[in-house]
Formats: sequence, structure tokens, C-alpha cells
Amino acid sequence: MNALLLAADVNVAQNIGFYIIAAIMLYAAFSVVSTKNVVHAALWLVVVLGGVAAQYILAAAEFVAVSQVMVYIGAVMVLFLFGIMLTRASIGADTDVNNKDWKLGIPVGLVFFGVLVYTVVDAFEGTVIVEPSAAQIASSTTLISDGYLGDYLIPLIALSFVLLAAAVGAIVLARKD
Amino acid sequence: MYAVNFLLLSAALFSIGVFGVIARRNAVMVLMSIELILNSVNLNLVAFALINKDIDGHIFALFVIAVAAAEVGVGLGMVLMIYRNRRSIALDELSEMHG
Repeated sequence: MNALLLAADVNVAQNIGFYIIAAIMLYAAFSVVSTKNVVHAALWLVVVLGGVAAQYILAAAEFVAVSQVMVYIGAVMVLFLFGIMLTRASIGADTDVNNKDWKLGIPVGLVFFGVLVYTVVDAFEGTVIVEPSAAQIASSTTLISDGYLGDYLIPLIALSFVLLAAAVGAIVLARKD
Repeated sequence: MYAVNFLLLSAALFSIGVFGVIARRNAVMVLMSIELILNSVNLNLVAFALINKDIDGHIFALFVIAVAAAEVGVGLGMVLMIYRNRRSIALDELSEMHG
């Protein structure tokens, strides 16, 4: 009886989708930080970013998902591939993409992961996400625009200046003179 | 759907990104690892928006996406300039400021 109640609370299809996408994302993320080939790392990063966009859709955040696809997969990856193209002569495996003492990263990453798992499980263990209703999902983009043009108008203007400064700065840095 | 699913996935992504930042020698690959970290933070923000039924998490996630795009633009500009001056983007060779 208890299991039946639990099954009604938990959306099985959402969970299966979550675990499949999460497994693909973790494999791709490990490949990003372990492959010897810079171009392959960039292409595995596309898989991770696409997986994050899929998780946003599972988390009922369509607007963020579409922005993720447009900004990251559309623009940032092109920037990365241009950066690789302009800074490397050969497109192949590279023997020295890692630092001499790259193994130091393993304990640091494990400690970070351990601390995060401990705190997350301590704080949110057993918390079940109540699925938003269709009306809530449909109004989320409206609420985002209300937030941007309401409470967060000043940060939005500041952000536009940040983007302007970054664009000008990137041009000044990369310009040949 | 349990709340810890999203949060643990994002913790794993964050740790992998931190490992990449420490382990990698190529500046472009370090920037890619930073993208992993920023994406894990975004996933956390969206998950908290879902848990707390508050749209502010989406707004912050979009702010982070915009700042990350600016950061990649400036970062790759700097990498290109370093490559032009030194013919190398190996981070352990940049030691002029070594005391």
C-alpha cells in the first residue's frame, strides 16, 4: 500500500528520463576532462550542455532550456571551436594537455563531491518535488518577463552594460595593431 | 521526483569541473571546465526554482547564462592574445608574475 502511494507521488517516466540523461551527461563530462583531444573535448561539452538543456525541460523550465540551447550550443561552442582553431596547428591527440601534477585534482574533486553530497542529502533527503500544474508551467515565461521588467530591472540594465563591456573588451584584446 | 536527484547530479558536474580546472594545462580546456561548473550552478538554480515554486531561480539562471557568455568571449580573447605573444597557451608556462 505504501509502495502504491509512493508510485502515485513519483512520476516514473520523468525519473527514467532523468537517470538516462544524467548517465549520458556524467559520461560526457568525464570525457570532457579526460580526453587528450581538444576538439573531442569541445564536442563532448556539446553533449553535456544539451543534457543540461534536457534536464531544464524535465524541471519545467522551457525558457531557460531554449536560452541554453541558443546561447551555449549555438554561440559559446562556436567561440570555443574558433578558439581551438586559432590557437592550435594540429587537430589530433595531444600529449601534454594535462599538468604535471594533474593527479592533485582527483582528491580535490572527491572532497568537493563528498562535502556537497553530505550537505545536499542532509538538507533535502526525502524532499519530493510536487509537479507544477499545466497552468503554472504555461505562465512561467510570463512570470520571468514580469521579474525582469519589475524587481530585476536594475540588474538587467547592469547586465546589459556588462555584456557591452565584454564585447568591447574582447574586441580590444583580440585586435591586431 | 526527489529533490536530491537534481542536486546530486549538479554536485557531480561541479566536482568534475573543478577537477578539470586543476588538471588541465591547455587554457581553452580550462575554460571548458569552467563552463561545466557554471552549468552545474544553473541546474541547481532551476532545481531550487522547482522545489520552492518560485520563478526567481529561472531569472538568476538566465543572468548566469549571460555572464558566462561574456566570460567566454573575454576569456578566449585573452587566450588568443597570449597565444599571439607566446605561441603557446600552456598555463604552467605563464610565470612572469612568479615571486
